[in-house]
Amino acid sequence: MDFSLFPRDVFADLDRLQRQMQQAFEFSPSIRGFARGGFPALNVGGTPQSVEIYAYVPGVDPSSIEVNLERGVLTLSGERKSALEGLGAKDTVHIEERFAGKFRRVVTLSDDLDPDSVEARCKDGLLHISVKRKAAAQPRRVTIQ
Amino acid sequence: MDESKLTREAKRDEPALLPPVDVIEDASGITLYADLPGVPKDKLDVQVEADTLTISGEMAVAMPQGMAATHAEVSLPRYRRTFTLSKELDPEKLSAELKNGVLKLRIEKAVHAQPRKVQIKVG
Repeated sequence: MDFSLFPRDVFADLDRLQRQMQQAFEFSPSIRGFARGGFPALNVGGTPQSVEIYAYVPGVDPSSIEVNLERGVLTLSGERKSALEGLGAKDTVHIEERFAGKFRRVVTLSDDLDPDSVEARCKDGLLHISVKRKAAAQPRRVTIQ
Repeated sequence: MDESKLTREAKRDEPALLPPVDVIEDASGITLYADLPGVPKDKLDVQVEADTLTISGEMAVAMPQGMAATHAEVSLPRYRRTFTLSKELDPEKLSAELKNGVLKLRIEKAVHAQPRKVQIKVG
């Protein structure tokens, strides 16, 4: 038993535990992954006609975000300026948690998407991208003769 | 207990996300930035009760009907975070600005609490 006055880094332990939990619960990720904790945070959902992507991009000028969709792979990139830039010598930073700097996230979506019908809208720091599925890939009712 | 307080207390118990913040202090006050993406102005609530500052907000996300989530990193539709203010901050002098999902909160220090340079006498 180690009776150190300074116990091991609790936060590093918690971080490791969290990663182990994720490994245990998230099965078979894509090779490009869906790494959590990156910026911007992403929510992805789907309907039979479309794939909906919600990117949480607070404090980023919507026109500076680059959105690319190529063969079912979506790339979001841009930069967020730090609020801590231009501080005076006598200013004190008490908490610094917000992301700052360049970001880039790549996600694999399904490959039945139509790259020509992408719609992106940004409101209140939430970017909503809607991509229609190709007509051929949409479910169709088969009539039995 | 009036009704608004009841609903407020009920809201306090709802699970919420903890928004990341930056807090910077300068000579005349404190500036707080909080990331609240998806929260429109009318769903944002900034409250000071005694020495407790509470920031809370509900997201307004329009989702198409019949959407099934396949991947979710933001798993709750609301944010909440509480801070304890120190005495020298004047809650009357609080200003808030919400832009692109970032809340900028400025709290001035009470005049008597602003720094004064102390003269050191030699001798």
